Amino acid sequence: MSAVRLRGFGWRHAGRKRWAVRGLDLRIEHGERVLLLGASGAGKSTLLAALAGLLPEDSGEREGTVEVDGRDPRTAREEVGLLFQDPETQLVMARCGDDVAFGPENRGLPAEQIWPRVDEALRRVGFRYGRDRPTAALSGGEQQRLALAGVLALRPRLLLLDEPTANLDPAGAALIRDAVAAALDADTTLLLVEHRLTEALPLVDRVVVLAPGGGVHADGTPQAVFAAHGEALAAEGVWVPGHPLPPRPATTSAGETLLTADELALPPRLASVSLSVRAGEALAVHGPNGAGKSTLALLLGGLLAPAAGRVTATAELAGGDARTPPHRWRAPALVHRIGSVFQDPEHQFVTAAVADELALGPRRTGRTEAQVRATVDALLDRLRLTALAEANPYTLSGGEARRLSVATALATAPRLLVCDEPTFGQDRRTWRELVELFAELRDNGHGLVTVTHDPEFIATLADRQVRLDHPRSVP
Amino acid sequence: MINLEPVTRPDAPLARRNPVAKLAAALLCSVILIATLDPVAPAIAIAFELALLPLFGVRLRVLARRAMPLLVSSVGVLGTLVLFAAERSGRILVEAGPFLVTSGVLITALGLVLRMFAVALPGVIVVATTDPTDLADALVQNARLPARFAYGALAAFRMVPLLTQEWQMISMARRARGVDAGRNPLARLRLFGSTAFTLLVGAIRRGTRLAVAMDARGFDTTTPRSMARRQHFGRADGLLIAGATLLAGVALTVSVAVGTFRPLIG
Repeated sequence: MSAVRLRGFGWRHAGRKRWAVRGLDLRIEHGERVLLLGASGAGKSTLLAALAGLLPEDSGEREGTVEVDGRDPRTAREEVGLLFQDPETQLVMARCGDDVAFGPENRGLPAEQIWPRVDEALRRVGFRYGRDRPTAALSGGEQQRLALAGVLALRPRLLLLDEPTANLDPAGAALIRDAVAAALDADTTLLLVEHRLTEALPLVDRVVVLAPGGGVHADGTPQAVFAAHGEALAAEGVWVPGHPLPPRPATTSAGETLLTADELALPPRLASVSLSVRAGEALAVHGPNGAGKSTLALLLGGLLAPAAGRVTATAELAGGDARTPPHRWRAPALVHRIGSVFQDPEHQFVTAAVADELALGPRRTGRTEAQVRATVDALLDRLRLTALAEANPYTLSGGEARRLSVATALATAPRLLVCDEPTFGQDRRTWRELVELFAELRDNGHGLVTVTHDPEFIATLADRQVRLDHPRSVP
Repeated sequence: MINLEPVTRPDAPLARRNPVAKLAAALLCSVILIATLDPVAPAIAIAFELALLPLFGVRLRVLARRAMPLLVSSVGVLGTLVLFAAERSGRILVEAGPFLVTSGVLITALGLVLRMFAVALPGVIVVATTDPTDLADALVQNARLPARFAYGALAAFRMVPLLTQEWQMISMARRARGVDAGRNPLARLRLFGSTAFTLLVGAIRRGTRLAVAMDARGFDTTTPRSMARRQHFGRADGLLIAGATLLAGVALTVSVAVGTFRPLIG
């Protein structure tokens, strides 16, 4: 009996025109470690939900069959454990031990067996704190480690991981990778969805690539799959190892200073920092979680008032308004000078359609309707969003939402762009497009500040770096 | 932000009682005291409640901080009633222009404020001495509340502090899109509405994700749920409920005996 057996499997969510996944034939044996790849929108998450028995019959339309251990996944729930991306929406209880016990309680395990299981699960993921530790006091990586313990406490024979490190910084991602490696038994079957191949490959012995149109595109050992399809996969957006991207250094030297920060601080979130941003320059701000990188981005973006120090715009950026600090400018004046792209794109969406979203900024800054239409069309085209012009921004995939949020900031043509983790969790294709777009902006004389954990982004694009951990100043 | 973390010494004899017993005691006490409009019964009840405070392991200053919204609103009620109540009986105490303060008005207003305190204080004490997880456990185990409701609410509750951060984020993101209200009050109201809507959409999406994650860990199975943490309902818990009933009864009896009792109905 195979651990997983799919025959012509397809699923269409109720109310959708497109099949999320279709024509899938796949067999996974017990103890196999499988990495599931596919472009964004290929139906990877839907497949995991189906295997976890989380697609009720009335929530969509099914084709073919799906079996876990020869049974319908809805009746084989105790065999399967599923870990999601976002630790914040997986933790249920206020104390760590109680959270791990939540699953065993649901399964009706006698109380005297629960606590030994909890302790064992916590030990297996290498959890450093006691059962009474409040879950709110954990870092993102530790929370995700705890969520993994909560899944392992159910002793699943089939472990499904849906981009478990996508929301974590590199240190947090390493925590989870080590925890998964240590927690696997010889007979546990693993099905992992992950974009970051360098991190995922040590965990798996088989790679399955879903084709965007349905079915399986490639299947085999990592070496065989990447040797045969590496180039094509990389072009489709998969982060295939050994396909480095060419650097994009500035073609011209940096121009005039646009914005300076003098001993800028907002305790306890940000210790004092001084820096300057110039036109035609890409500045990367990096450093560990909690160093205040996002806070710095908000301060530079004129969205937050500093507690100490100041942000000063030069006349080059703000003309006569240079005397007032950016956080005092009216919003319409702000957005055609400094554009901000938030870490979570959904925070920034205001309207109900992609095209309206792009038109909002230009209208606010008083452009004519013809100018607005021209800007919107150009951006839709540039960021491959034309087909989605009428779609609701909240229904977009992660990559589409990111492209839209960058496009909305560009719509008002700000001279300075401040981005918070713009490449976070993006597939290789979106990543390349973003880097290309940022490089063009810079070479056209825009200033660019990017707060990022992404070493490849820094290596490819950044002209200058600021590391944020201790109070320090760069000239 | 509303703070609902317990602030008690965990070994205090009454704080240790079963959360359902504490909740029942507080409810009984409140319901009985609502029955009268006079100031004497609530005053006696408040005196008892404050005297019992050490047994709950709560310091008076901590309680006062917790009850701050109550204190503020009581001042408001007192002021409004003294100045604007229709009834103007009794001796005239202050007469200043259109304002007339009489002894009758003052007694009615004081009575109302005392009732507010007497009714709300037990609840404040229960919240201040009870861990939310223990309360959910006890509601399921001792009050037979459905687990799906109790733990669902508990999990949702944990997300409340996130909403404050989220609100700030959304407001800043709006500004970054060129949307602000300036000094126009109507635009301000509209912006408030649209920010609240975005917050709500985000909260629902997050709630849905949490619900799916909970179901993935078997929360939706029909298997009877087991309990990793036991809540006992013992004789002491029964006594707490009886004691609270007795206390409220004594307060009412005294008020009848001294002749100030005024029933709410009739």
